[in-house]
Amino acid sequence: MPSLPDAATPDVARLAERAAAAQSHDPHIADVALKPAFFDWLCRMGDNSLILGHRISEWCGHGPVLEEDIALANTALDLIGHTQMWLGLAAEVEGSGRSADDLAFLRDAMKFRNLKLVELPNGDMAVTLMREFLFDAFHYELLTALTKSSSPRVAEIAAKALKEVSYHLERSSDLVVRLGDGTEESHARMQAALNKVWGYTGEMFAADAVDDAVAEAGIAPALADLLPLWQRTVAEVLDEATLSQPEQRFDAQTGGKQGRHTEHLGYILAEMQFLQRAYPGASW
Amino acid sequence: MYAQMVKSEGMKSLEEMSPEERAFQERVDRGEKIEPKEWMPEGYRKTLIRQIGQHAHSEIVGQLPEGNWITRAPTLERKAILLAKVQDEAGHGLYLYSAAETLGVSRDELFEKLHSGAMKYSSIFNYPTLTWADMGAVGWLVDGAAIMNQVPLQRTSYGPYSRAMIRICKEESFHQRQGYAIMMKMAQGTPEQKEMAQDALNRFWYPSLMMFGPSDKDSVHSAQSMAWKIKMNTNDELRQKFVDETVPQAEYLGLTVPDETLKWNEERGHYDFAEPDWAEFFEVIKGNGPCNEERLGARREAWDKGAWFRDGLTAYAEKAAARRAASNVAAE
Repeated sequence: MPSLPDAATPDVARLAERAAAAQSHDPHIADVALKPAFFDWLCRMGDNSLILGHRISEWCGHGPVLEEDIALANTALDLIGHTQMWLGLAAEVEGSGRSADDLAFLRDAMKFRNLKLVELPNGDMAVTLMREFLFDAFHYELLTALTKSSSPRVAEIAAKALKEVSYHLERSSDLVVRLGDGTEESHARMQAALNKVWGYTGEMFAADAVDDAVAEAGIAPALADLLPLWQRTVAEVLDEATLSQPEQRFDAQTGGKQGRHTEHLGYILAEMQFLQRAYPGASW
Repeated sequence: MYAQMVKSEGMKSLEEMSPEERAFQERVDRGEKIEPKEWMPEGYRKTLIRQIGQHAHSEIVGQLPEGNWITRAPTLERKAILLAKVQDEAGHGLYLYSAAETLGVSRDELFEKLHSGAMKYSSIFNYPTLTWADMGAVGWLVDGAAIMNQVPLQRTSYGPYSRAMIRICKEESFHQRQGYAIMMKMAQGTPEQKEMAQDALNRFWYPSLMMFGPSDKDSVHSAQSMAWKIKMNTNDELRQKFVDETVPQAEYLGLTVPDETLKWNEERGHYDFAEPDWAEFFEVIKGNGPCNEERLGARREAWDKGAWFRDGLTAYAEKAAARRAASNVAAE
């Protein structure tokens, strides 16, 4: 007999069952009228984490300094963990037998609901960090509000994710300040990164019928309420970083939440979904 | 493991040693730990820097073959596990560079030697990861081989190295288990998955055996390192132990070890097995392996492209320190 048993699988399955049994009852899950919007909104939450986590994970082993390799992998890992929870709940709400993995690996681009911001290519570390900071500042306010969601399941996930995202925001804002107020080159790179991604940030606050429906049900906050909080954080950090807020529109690029993406998403999915697509039905 | 063919300085008998050297050797013999600020022979220091440095380089270069599959991991759970594992490896690099720093060499100096080719990393990371089953094979075989060497190194004579090894071993055994769990899934999966698993074993078996380095039965370097307790077993002992433990694991998976001569030897109580192709090993060490250029190229590129980032942080830290000093002066 091998000295090395299959440690993980049965235990994990048992633990998952136990955790599922202990979950809070959530009346929203059975609300048929709310279902399409709730499902879509949960996909937005999960897809933002998944696609940003994917992008950040591309840095693995290629970071500018060893501590960053660790921090980047850690951030990506947190985001993939959030994806499991959000898409897991989305699958449960949908109730048609799909799993979180089915949603992640078997939907095509037009069914993905993430912001265009998070699918933008990594560029240099300046773009990666600026993109993350601008998202983190929004993500933090959103999750903070979600901890008071009328959906206990949403509130539980938000509370768990908020612990990690608080750290993400602390790290990304700290680095934006340091690099913005670092050398001439690091300043120029951070400013160029800010100008590049700025037009994608407004989508975070552009509410549509889905956002309105979940806000009305008390599941999520009204996005407009988060905007001043985000603007304050961004203004403070950019100011300390000696960076200038671009004058261009911040909502020039929208549509990701409705499934109209940049060309980049197709390539992300081609890579991410390769095994599930090439070997349908296999178990991994 | 990840430290191969580390040259150590010449070996002396107790009689030939200076009183300091003899007292040092006696401490090592008694099993005492040597700590950074204590006297140590220059050869001990140099050999340890080479060995710990090579191990650290292996950890960070070792991120690359597995990092290659993070964006293609087949499920969210596998993706999370692989990310955690690669992150652990970067963390191991960090402990080890820190341990090396206690011997008076900076991380930047070690990086420079890696990038210039003056220092090596383990030959195993110059092999490509071609299918998802390779994530299983790397965890099972490569981390498995590393553990063979690292478990005894927890008892090594140099305190910081020993303590780093204790932490590393905890994580490595988890890595090996996750690799084996992937292999189990693949070996019990569809015919295509089983084929991938067998192919991964075929490709990684001999490179894994090479990880222990060539036979060092008669090596002066090894004898000195063993006397200093910075090498605890011969390469052949560890290789044999690895084969003995791994063959039943392969059988359990229903996979075939790619060695027709492999046979249990009742008399020795060990498996007889074929040696890897040492000519290939020396070629890989020289830089002619399948992925040497990509691996070292990726590390150099990461370093060079990250220069502005590191410079920016340094400049900010200097400005912040100057601002603090100025405000202290103003306060007085």
